[in-house]
Amino acid sequence: MEKKTCLSLLVENNFGVLSRISGLFARRGYNIDSLTVGTTEKTELSRITITVTGDDQILTQIKKQLNKLIDVITVIELKPDDSIIRELVFIKVKADDTTRSQIVEIANMFRANIVDVSRESLVIEITGTRYKIEGFFEMVEPYGILEFVRSGDTGLQRGGKILSH
Amino acid sequence: MIPLLASKLILKCLERENVEYVFGYPGGALLPLYEAFRTSPIKHILVRNEQTAPHYASGYARESGRVGVCLATSGPGATNLVTGIATAYLDSIPIVAITGQVDRALIGTDAFQEADITGATAPFTKHSYLVQNAADIPRIIREAFHIASTGRPGPVLIDIPRDVQLENVKTGLTYDKVDIMGYKPNLNGHSGQIKRAIKKIKEAQKPVIYAGGGVVLGNAQQELLAFAEKNNIPVITSLMGIGAFPEDHPLYCGIVGSHGYKYSNVVMNGADLIINIGARMSNRATSHLTKFEKDTDFVHIDIDPAEIGKNMETNIPIVGDARTVLSELIQKDTVTDHAAWLAAIETIRIENPLVYDADPPCSDLINPKVLFKDMSEMTSDNTTVVGDVGLNQIWSALYYRIIKNRRYYTSGGLGTMGYSIPAACGAAFATLDKPKEIFIVCGDGSFQMSMGELGVIAEHQLNVNIILITNTKLGMVRQLQFDNYGKGHYSGTDINFDIDFMKLAEAYGIKSYKVDKNADFNKVLPEAIKHQGPTLIQCQVHPDFIRI
Ligand SMILES: Cc1ncc(C[n+]2csc(CCOP(=O)(O)OP(=O)(O)O)c2C)c(N)n1
Ligand SMILES: [Mg+2]
Repeated sequence: MEKKTCLSLLVENNFGVLSRISGLFARRGYNIDSLTVGTTEKTELSRITITVTGDDQILTQIKKQLNKLIDVITVIELKPDDSIIRELVFIKVKADDTTRSQIVEIANMFRANIVDVSRESLVIEITGTRYKIEGFFEMVEPYGILEFVRSGDTGLQRGGKILSH
Repeated sequence: MIPLLASKLILKCLERENVEYVFGYPGGALLPLYEAFRTSPIKHILVRNEQTAPHYASGYARESGRVGVCLATSGPGATNLVTGIATAYLDSIPIVAITGQVDRALIGTDAFQEADITGATAPFTKHSYLVQNAADIPRIIREAFHIASTGRPGPVLIDIPRDVQLENVKTGLTYDKVDIMGYKPNLNGHSGQIKRAIKKIKEAQKPVIYAGGGVVLGNAQQELLAFAEKNNIPVITSLMGIGAFPEDHPLYCGIVGSHGYKYSNVVMNGADLIINIGARMSNRATSHLTKFEKDTDFVHIDIDPAEIGKNMETNIPIVGDARTVLSELIQKDTVTDHAAWLAAIETIRIENPLVYDADPPCSDLINPKVLFKDMSEMTSDNTTVVGDVGLNQIWSALYYRIIKNRRYYTSGGLGTMGYSIPAACGAAFATLDKPKEIFIVCGDGSFQMSMGELGVIAEHQLNVNIILITNTKLGMVRQLQFDNYGKGHYSGTDINFDIDFMKLAEAYGIKSYKVDKNADFNKVLPEAIKHQGPTLIQCQVHPDFIRI
């Protein structure tokens, strides 16, 4: 059975590490839903969050193949129950004098921020789980979504556990 | 500390890795390194085309148990290495490939002879480095050899820009300890899984050991023999596993796969427990196995966790080194009586005999099966045979017997034509001071892919004997055309020009023979073996001899 899984990787910041990881997915035919990279508390390390879809056998293979890459230090699965997974989205919605206040109200209910206003549009910044973001999209859809950009999931384990080598 | 030129430092680092030979080809981006070679004790062997250089390194590595090294300049030199690197990757052979690169400032500008070789080889290198700082050289070279030779071995590439080679570095050779955060291969099998395996081995009525290249690469032959003998378990190998178990042993049960022995496939199909040691279970190895019985158990011992469960469901995975895990299994009490199973195997063997006969017109010329069987009797226990790709490969793999210290190498995973000549030369360089007979087995197609290397054979008077199987065809593809489309449906598989191989050999000063009868082969073979220096025996096989 196919399912979405969120993997968190600690990697060495070496030359070509990102292309090695994305190349692995491409050549073995695994689907990446999203991938985010960023620095960590140690300058020589980066953290990568990858969301993938596949059945159990594929997910096991993905984890094993990632672990084989020399630059990859740790691979863990971020399980929804004991981790925090969020995504950042910017959405540009059509807005005029008659609809603007309604949209702002919806944004407030979702704790989203208005980050840009013009006469015919609003840009809203929202952070949250996939479900929250889907819900928000549903609410603003009727006003007309002009464009949006999603960062892809990123996450951490809950509690005192840390991802280290 | 006196500053040292980086090009010299590179060679010093290779020296420290006990590198004796570098198989390479020069070019502009390697000028500094080649200048340093002049005063280095490391011997540079000039190959005749970079495409063969990784195969030399591979043959050297397989024969010596050490890391083989090849070298090529930037751009076309580097891209010429690609097939050979992929060949080593698929067969898990430890090699280090060094490439020259354009100056750092030019990288990314499509400069003259610039090619992104780390990118191009990423899918089939275990790891690669682009050296951006000469000070990193000692660490990178140490790591590269460590990565290539430990865990599941494989090729590592080091790309070195020309201007890096010209830097003066103050660093010494102090970098000794390898500490790579993300690379800690696991050698010892998990004790819980070993316990489960032991239970299964005890319970099994019809166990089989399936030995792959991991046993050969991991030098676990002695342990495998002891384990199999102690427990009376028959041993089947893959193509890469040839040499894992003596072929004259009563427990030996042949080679499995689409190009294996029929009886081996039947035996494997009948097993209720398959103990897979270092074999990938690739499609070519398993395609001729019908469905396993539902309750067949699989124990899979492999140093690479990603291999376990990749191609075949496994109920008992043991991640670890073949030798280490086998040594542990030998200690345990697992002995069970398999007399009935061994008797059943005898029947299977008798019902599915090896067939040597051929009918006219095939029988008018050399029978290659008989040739390799005879060759088994006439060669020493210290023989290495390197098979190329094609029918010649399958005949030599199936009918030449690997016993005692004999070795058989071939390009099993990628099936790269042209492998045998350079790989055998690499093996010859590894054994210059040892009494070793080295045979190259190749077809008329594969020979022509690497025949430029006759120049190296002649230059160094390597003691290699070439068994050239000529059928004027790309035989194995022709066989596939016959099997898939029927008689006469041949296309692009005729080697039409009748080359005078005797003259060709003569041009290189290589002693040569041409035979078209098995009896004549048997006459010239001892002569060729006795001859000091390289020889070539052209063996004429009928184009329609396509059975393996
Ligand atoms: C580099 C490469 N190109 C193509 C093939 C496909 N191929 C497999 S066997 C074969 C024919 C080999 O011919 P030859 O060397 O004469 O051996 P024979 O089968 O006749 O003994 C070919 C073309 C290959 N394995 N490797
Ligand atoms: Mg041929």
